[in-house]
Amino acid sequence: MEYISIIVGLLLIIFGLWGVLTQKNILKIIIGFSLFDTGLHVVMVSISYVKGRTAPILDDTVSIADAAKKIVDPIPQALVLTAIVIGLGVTALMLAYAMKMYKQKGTLDISGYKELNG
Amino acid sequence: MIRNSLIFIVLLGFATMMYTLYANFDGNTELNNVARFYANEQNIQDVGAANLVTAVVVTYRGLDTLGEVTILFLTAAIIGFFLKLQQANASHGEPKRKPSEIFETAARVLTPIIFVLGIYVFVNGHLTPGGGFQGGAIIASSFVLMLLVGQTGHFNSKLFNIIESISGVVFVFVGALGIALAGGFLDNRIMEMGTFGTLLSAGAIPIIYIFVGLKVGSELSNILGNFREVQQEN
Amino acid sequence: MINLIITLFLGVTMLIMAGVAIYHKKLSVAIIAAGVVSLFASVMYLLLAAPDVAMTEASIGSGLSTIIFFYVLNKIRKTNDSK
Repeated sequence: MEYISIIVGLLLIIFGLWGVLTQKNILKIIIGFSLFDTGLHVVMVSISYVKGRTAPILDDTVSIADAAKKIVDPIPQALVLTAIVIGLGVTALMLAYAMKMYKQKGTLDISGYKELNG
Repeated sequence: MIRNSLIFIVLLGFATMMYTLYANFDGNTELNNVARFYANEQNIQDVGAANLVTAVVVTYRGLDTLGEVTILFLTAAIIGFFLKLQQANASHGEPKRKPSEIFETAARVLTPIIFVLGIYVFVNGHLTPGGGFQGGAIIASSFVLMLLVGQTGHFNSKLFNIIESISGVVFVFVGALGIALAGGFLDNRIMEMGTFGTLLSAGAIPIIYIFVGLKVGSELSNILGNFREVQQEN
Repeated sequence: MINLIITLFLGVTMLIMAGVAIYHKKLSVAIIAAGVVSLFASVMYLLLAAPDVAMTEASIGSGLSTIIFFYVLNKIRKTNDSK
């Protein structure tokens, strides 16, 4: 199962990068970035998975004493947790810039942004 | 043509890197050393949180969380500044279409329930899945429902700013208390540990997570409110 | 075994939806497709024993970020109409 999800995550990363590099519409580029994000998170969570174990939450079924034998790795999960929230902030920031660019140029097509050609 | 082949080469290189990553991955059957430290019986007893992800986020890597919340605050501030500049020379257009009766009634019923669910999620962050970030996001979604009905008219960002600043200050203050009363910054053993697995346990973790939840919730609501203000104007 | 089949289904749907998100001409459809990718990813996290991450992804990745995208799209359409 973790093999399938890691392949899906890696393919999502490549799809997202493909979208960022080939698309002309700035909103499509931002969607590509968010796909890249999702793929990265799937890969990190798959790496933390350990065969046949449960979530790192202790209750009646998983007692403290045998926690080390029954739970998956909690660290990548904690990192992904914060990464998702930051991802939303970054997406919102990119969208605010896109809105500003549209207001200035009247187009979403990045080939219309001539000043950035240098 | 040259551009396309360049893109293709970049992607091919990237895919090769990804393939190497995949080829070296062969399913874990054991925890690694760091994870075993966190899952150690003695360490779990010391921290006292039943949800180990919460233990890692709030205690072991609490400094990361502080930095993360700061980044979110900066994004919210930049977006607010940026969209305010845009608003300065915009005029109000005609009022938008009214939402339908069914949606309005359902939103009125659901908003408080979703809000309470958000609070439940971050108060129980150390026992069940969930915590400050998830609870904050749920509160922000109840706020979105309120905005879609249009009850609030102009949304009041002052209140959110005050809640957000107070939560940030309390978060750092509780962290600093850890230096004075216990082992170090963000140490949770400044209060009674309580019995493992009950609501009042794990020392300062519930308090820190409640304030993280309030902070994240008000920041996300602020971002959403700003976007909504801008898209309403012509 | 059942987990394997569900993961396979989720993965294939996610990849198809990612293709739709990049290549569909209508922006609203592309945004919804990106939201569906996030939603299915959250179910996948649940199968990978990460309920915390699943909750975060479901509420933030597929809820709030889709709404922000739609706010921006709406604003752009309005500006387009008034011109």
